[in-house]
Amino acid sequence: MEVGAIFQAAFALVVGLDPGFLGIVALSLRVTLTAVLVAALIGLPLGAALALARFPGRAAVIVCLNALMGLPPVVAGLAVFLLLSRSGPLGPLGLLFTPSAMILAQVILVLPIVIALTRQVIEDLWSEYRDHLRSVGLDGMRAIPTLLFDGRFALATALLAGFGRASAEVGAVLIVGGNIAGYTRTMTTTITLETSKGDLPLALGLGLVLLSLTLMINAIAFGASRIGARYAG
Amino acid sequence: MTCLPRRSLLATGLFLGLGGFALAQAPAAPSSERFITVASTTSTQDSGLFNHILPLFKARTGIEVRVISQGTGQALDTGRRGDADVVFVHARAQELKFVADGFADERRPVMYNDFVLIGPKSDPAGVSGSKDIVAALKTIQEKATPFVSRGDKSGTHAAELNLWKVAGIDIAAQKGPWYREIGQGMGAALNTAAAMGAYVLSDRATWISFRNRGDLVISVEGDKRLFNQYGVMSVSPAKHPHVKFDDGKRFADWLTSPEGQKAIADYRIDGQQLFFPNAGQAGA
Repeated sequence: MEVGAIFQAAFALVVGLDPGFLGIVALSLRVTLTAVLVAALIGLPLGAALALARFPGRAAVIVCLNALMGLPPVVAGLAVFLLLSRSGPLGPLGLLFTPSAMILAQVILVLPIVIALTRQVIEDLWSEYRDHLRSVGLDGMRAIPTLLFDGRFALATALLAGFGRASAEVGAVLIVGGNIAGYTRTMTTTITLETSKGDLPLALGLGLVLLSLTLMINAIAFGASRIGARYAG
Repeated sequence: MTCLPRRSLLATGLFLGLGGFALAQAPAAPSSERFITVASTTSTQDSGLFNHILPLFKARTGIEVRVISQGTGQALDTGRRGDADVVFVHARAQELKFVADGFADERRPVMYNDFVLIGPKSDPAGVSGSKDIVAALKTIQEKATPFVSRGDKSGTHAAELNLWKVAGIDIAAQKGPWYREIGQGMGAALNTAAAMGAYVLSDRATWISFRNRGDLVISVEGDKRLFNQYGVMSVSPAKHPHVKFDDGKRFADWLTSPEGQKAIADYRIDGQQLFFPNAGQAGA
């Protein structure tokens, strides 16, 4: 296969602005970014609380969370599938094979990353600034907002790591989404489909577009944190 | 370190706002109020048949069809669990069992195509050009030439296992390193065979639409035993009250109607017809 054919396929996809293709890109971004957003809303406070709290079994919880960062996406997908299947406990909701199911599966994948990395960042900050924070009256859980703010750049990296995991995975979204054309087909499931059709240049071209999107989002986040550092730091 | 909590919220919002912005920009996935979910096989999807016929069905009825493409065994399971309204697959015995188990009221034949034995151009087993699939499989087994099996309980896998049985070979007992079960779809099996220079059984539709052929060619075709029948069943509300039985039945009706049958016959790639409608045929 020629390398030129891959770039040609990627170029045609981007320049052609095919509505079907744009829909796929939009759905991928919608699912992944929503999953990261939800995981951030839950994971940032939870990770910070875990960093400051002291309770029996804390070490075990931390080890488990760290291990869950390596949860195979297909296992998370299968669990959500069995949960949402009409024959499963949440079957009556009718959520299987919908974008919502895909978001749920990705939250499960991203959440451990956000919690574990937040816990590490906040714990380091806390050990460094504990005395200072206590001297201004911020102790225990009341220090969390301040610590989250001061760790914002490291935490942005944690969220980007979560975004990377979600945008790159195919196992979970394929199982719970069903790869339905025009409804639950994302960039990664399209790549899988085109590979199985034997259209390898198109599959790799799509991969190239996906990589470029990830690059853009990382660049935007980097730029935003630079600007943020100048005005808020 | 004298920052106010309020500012920390702003900063967090900086990053999250990025996500929110993208969400606001992203158009909601197109979805219509009225839709059915169809569990079907990889061959109907990968060959492009659905892209051709579903818009016609939607234009006629206003019903959107959401297709989950899986191996036949998995697609039947999806129907059994109540996660699909219609099952459209190709393994007659398993389909009749689905009906006998009460998951559907009836199974209707829709169309057929045939299986072909695909192999390397160099033909290491020396079976190319034959019309006898059973003799070809015997030779492949005797010479222990690499053979890729779907190994995924799909309709094609079931057909392959049945052909080994007809050849008098107990494949479970007699398989060696030459027999490679990959547990994946038709396209993946063809990709694997192309890379390993192996033989593989494929439905003709997937083969015609497959792009990464490498050195693979058709080795054996035209044997009556390579017949491949597709059937459709709408999942019975008796087992799963929530299924959209009426709209599902409407799809099955349409597929077997003159209009649906013509749509299937009209689908061609490079002038070749991929599926042959036979809804009226008794015993199919």
